[in-house]
Amino acid sequence: MNLFSIALRNLSYRRLASFLTALSMALGVALVVLVLTISGVIEKSLERTSNVGYNLIIGAKGSPLQLVFNTVFFLSKPVENIPYSYYMEYLPEDGRQKELARVGGVLKEPERAGLYSFLMRGGFAIPLCMGDYVDEFRCIATTPAYFELLKHGDANDQEYRFAVGRNFVDFSEENGYFEAVVGAEVARQMGLRIGDEVNASHGAESGDEHAQGFRVVGILEPTGTPNDRGAFVNIEGFYLLEGHVAPDRDEESGLEKANTAQGPARESRLSRTRLPIEKREVTAILLKPSGFAAIGLEKQVNKTKFAQAVSPIAQIEGLLGVFVRPLRWALLGLTSLVCIVSAISILVSIYNSMNERKKDIAVMRALGASRDHITAIILLESLLIATVGGVVGWLVGHALGPLSNPWTMPATGVRIDWFSFNSSWEPWIIPGLILVGTLAGVIPAIAAYRTPVARSL
Amino acid sequence: MDSNDPGQRVPMLEIKDLKKSYSEPGGGTLMILDIPHFRMDYGEQVVLRGESGGGKTTLLHVISGLVAADSGSIRLEGVELQGFSEAKRDRVRASKMGYVFQTFNLLPAFSALENVRLAMTFAGKKMDTARAEELLRRVGLHDRKDYLPSQLSVGQQQRVSVARALANRPKLLLADEPTANVDPANQDRIVELIQQTCEEEKVALLLVTHSDVVSKRFGRVEQLRAINRAAALTASGGEPEAGSGSRGREGLGAGNTSASGAVS
Repeated sequence: MNLFSIALRNLSYRRLASFLTALSMALGVALVVLVLTISGVIEKSLERTSNVGYNLIIGAKGSPLQLVFNTVFFLSKPVENIPYSYYMEYLPEDGRQKELARVGGVLKEPERAGLYSFLMRGGFAIPLCMGDYVDEFRCIATTPAYFELLKHGDANDQEYRFAVGRNFVDFSEENGYFEAVVGAEVARQMGLRIGDEVNASHGAESGDEHAQGFRVVGILEPTGTPNDRGAFVNIEGFYLLEGHVAPDRDEESGLEKANTAQGPARESRLSRTRLPIEKREVTAILLKPSGFAAIGLEKQVNKTKFAQAVSPIAQIEGLLGVFVRPLRWALLGLTSLVCIVSAISILVSIYNSMNERKKDIAVMRALGASRDHITAIILLESLLIATVGGVVGWLVGHALGPLSNPWTMPATGVRIDWFSFNSSWEPWIIPGLILVGTLAGVIPAIAAYRTPVARSL
Repeated sequence: MDSNDPGQRVPMLEIKDLKKSYSEPGGGTLMILDIPHFRMDYGEQVVLRGESGGGKTTLLHVISGLVAADSGSIRLEGVELQGFSEAKRDRVRASKMGYVFQTFNLLPAFSALENVRLAMTFAGKKMDTARAEELLRRVGLHDRKDYLPSQLSVGQQQRVSVARALANRPKLLLADEPTANVDPANQDRIVELIQQTCEEEKVALLLVTHSDVVSKRFGRVEQLRAINRAAALTASGGEPEAGSGSRGREGLGAGNTSASGAVS
């Protein structure tokens, strides 16, 4: 027998008290791990998601954060729209000509066309229309470029791949303008397959469904980004849905006139008639300007009264700094308190047992145990409870993270992995537990050290 | 007895001018022990008798080093223990002495065998499970070696504590009223077992008791009052002697009852 097995035996002799104190330690550590894991994953995913492959979002004047939430995370209320012609401001001459030829119609402010195109060399601009839903999921109307030009992943080097099917195209003989691509989570939850039809519902989750459906031609592989929860439809088809025609704006007052123009609803799926440019609106434009032009472009756009340019990374960094990180510290403080309470419960449990064990300690002393032996046994008991309880809590904390996915995923669009080991703080858990166990054991150990042998026998 | 062996010049245990006092709550000191001379030879078996509160247990505590004496000399196998640090006294106690208590004091969390092995742990010796089992066999409890103390009878518990006290092959076994909590029928068997195993193991035995039945079994009976001046002082307040009957029986049972039984 050694001191370790003596300590172990003492603990198992008082197994209920030992179990309960270890349990309180386990719960404390599990909470800490859970808080750190979730906040770490959220932070990482926010940062990763903000690493979207574009530098700026152009949208209507208003809350920049809301624009980012909408465009990047598909959260928050839809924002106002801006005219399609703003999109043309970022296209070079030949791009504008191609677009005019493809779509048809007239530019309302031809003098502004191509205004910023000199800052866009080598970059791209992708228009988005949002505000509709497919079931509970956001419907994002865009161009095929969304999946051709954007990438994802930590280093933003992974292309979007299709688990089945293909990207939607601008126009196909088969489906006309009405093709859709859905994210992995959308396909899973809605049970969608290639060839199924999805209907966008207007304006809100409970809004009326448009009669015209989009045929699913591709299902994305899971990406761990909000795109998993998006239903992407061809912007051309989207414009042909009822009510998606831009209201006429009074050029002078900027007030909207009543929209009398009826959209080309219920047209045949294969109609080649597109909504002309002047009747189009977009919710957001994703921009990747050339080189270091993003900062200059952002300033220039924000000086105008027409639109705002927002850097998603800056917004998310601001959000993290103002909200997420302080919250994490607050939660960490609270959960650390739970751990301290657990440590105190270890202390109390062992200390209370000292009274009934005075005699045992005296007997061990009489058998030849030194004060150091006794002190070591008590410290080992405390250490054992703290580390065993703590390690169990650590594992439980890691298990609870992924198990909470069904609840946290819909809210955050973030999936927690089973082994999301955080190298910045997790290596400190075991040393921390040893420290806590030692601290909790010190007072009982001192009491044990001082046990008056002659009087306790 | 080994004490008569002329080859053994150095006594196993020798106490000279040993003094131990405790401070009293109201101030002042109470002298508990004041022993001019006391010795035991290798393998010798001595019974120590005295009033309760007379300092018997304190004497055992001082000899074992659990309590430090104020002054004087305690020599074990010629080695002076007085002045040793507590840690050193702990080591001597672990390796040279065994202790049997009045209330057995088996550790409740450990089986019979583990209680015996526990003593080995603190002596820092190599774990000798074979010896632990052999000791249990000798006290007739080998078939119950895995029983917890709570699963053993009072007499069985005391037998385990005897085996435990002998685990480290001590030179001296200190037994503090080992039969006080045992029913009369078992008292004799326990003492016989202690005496017998001590003899087999060549361990000296210093046994404290106030039982006449137990005392009768010993060749050398010491009255604490006789060797301890402090006890004589406190006792002098009233009663002149202990029960006259008991003294007489001691006189019958043992040839050597004098205070200076430790004659060199």
